[in-house]
Amino acid sequence: MNILELKNLTKTFGGLTAVGNVDFEVPNDGISGLIGPNGAGKTTIFNLITGVYKVTDGRIIFKGKDITNMDPYKIAGSGITRTFQNIRLFKKLTVYENVLTACHANANYGLFEAVVRTPKCRKQEKELEEKANDLLDIMGLYDRRDLIANNLPYGLQRRLEIARALALNPELLLLDEPAAGMNPDETVQLMTLIADIRSKFNLSVLIIDHHMDLIMGICEKIMVLNFGCKLAEGTPQEIQNNPKVIEAYLGVEG
Amino acid sequence: MDLNYITGILTLAGINLMAVLGLSLLTGFTGMFSFGHAGFMAIGGYTSAMMTVKFGLPFIPALLIGGLVAALVSSVIGKLTLNLKGDYFCIATLGFGEAIRLILDNVQYFGGARGWPGIPHHTNLLNVVIINIVAIFILANIVRSKHGRNMIAVREEELASQIVGINVFRYKLISLMISAAYAGIAGGLMAHYMTFLQPKMFSLTKSTELTIIVIFGGLGSISGSVLGALVLTSLPEILRAFSNWRLVIYGLAVVIIMITRPSGLMGGYELTPSSMKTLYTRMKNKNKGLPNQMEGGKTI
Repeated sequence: MNILELKNLTKTFGGLTAVGNVDFEVPNDGISGLIGPNGAGKTTIFNLITGVYKVTDGRIIFKGKDITNMDPYKIAGSGITRTFQNIRLFKKLTVYENVLTACHANANYGLFEAVVRTPKCRKQEKELEEKANDLLDIMGLYDRRDLIANNLPYGLQRRLEIARALALNPELLLLDEPAAGMNPDETVQLMTLIADIRSKFNLSVLIIDHHMDLIMGICEKIMVLNFGCKLAEGTPQEIQNNPKVIEAYLGVEG
Repeated sequence: MDLNYITGILTLAGINLMAVLGLSLLTGFTGMFSFGHAGFMAIGGYTSAMMTVKFGLPFIPALLIGGLVAALVSSVIGKLTLNLKGDYFCIATLGFGEAIRLILDNVQYFGGARGWPGIPHHTNLLNVVIINIVAIFILANIVRSKHGRNMIAVREEELASQIVGINVFRYKLISLMISAAYAGIAGGLMAHYMTFLQPKMFSLTKSTELTIIVIFGGLGSISGSVLGALVLTSLPEILRAFSNWRLVIYGLAVVIIMITRPSGLMGGYELTPSSMKTLYTRMKNKNKGLPNQMEGGKTI
């Protein structure tokens, strides 16, 4: 069973084809990887899935439903969430406020109920606070909850972005270069964290990254992109031995 | 100085505050600058005056209808312009504000550019204070709810807001409509205080004054807006002794505050009982010579 299917996905910017006719399936409850040289169109695919860019051609199917060209907030509400390559936190808010804000979909009181602070509103607010604190606890950020997000060390900012994404109870989590700028130690920590999250929150993960140890270490299925087109797809073993992939990454011997 | 004079200044400050509170939600919490809020004040002012003068409605319902009409007009404007990014929205509101003023200049039903005298005097310090307290209460509850947090998220980072499932357009629209309703009620208060309305009262200068007060008080702070409205409305009056120089001093005061405190008087902080307590304990700790803690260190 696949949670996400890309069918013949194409995105052009003027005459440039950033993503061309890509077919890919993200299996349920699995960790999948998306790799490729710089400019291959990996982040563009994330932007297409999350609705940030409009799709030129093709379809995106999530849990059997067509979500092509839906508004980003609706896609997020339906269960897909992501992190960004260049971190996009609510920089001036505290760590806690960042997560609390993202928890908003777990409460459904209206504006008027907020104005008069009905019991329902108070109860739901309390639940949101608990949820935010729980998430910070799980992600190991609780002791820094009152720090301004922008003042966090880089690695923790990435962690916070994942915590914020988890606040939406996603079924599919897209991680855009989560290990960028991390040393090998931190990368190993991140690997265990991602595996933990997957089992604890029961979700599927799709990762873009350039760290091959990370990708080969935790992904069950990998797609390789080059110049916007799918080059190869398979298990880590298959990808490592694929001559086309080796050629794209290392070039051919003259 | 006689009491009437002081009461008058405070009433005017209160009327300004009402409009500033709404703009504070839009600019300070949702991050959108408007230079057309005098237009919403005009709509609210003329509508509520029409209700009391032509239809003989009581004061409070007339005020609410004024606010409602301003909010409805803002929803139309918002649907057309809220997809514009940053500066463009600002310019669109500027055009809207001027358009309202020019339209009123030519509506003879309301006296056109000559103005509209004979509006009953209903506004006094007491009802202005009560209305402002209610307005602050409503605003504070919105800001600390999930709806307020979503607005702040929109201000901080629009793309990330969408990715966490916030309907950015909707929250911008809600924020604009509430701020327009507040401005409309402020316009109604002004009409029934001056007992006279003239399109000139709602010029670009008025819109700018409101925005200056919000920025001066500190973006994202309700108490800052209250402080800003009180200080900046009364300052030109306090400086009356300097006659011609008073507006220069007013301008200088604004410039100096913005240079020394770029995030405004309050700069994102709120004056609440709990925050005052923290401030007090921190000052006590400082006197004891304890090392300064990092807690809550907001960066500018």
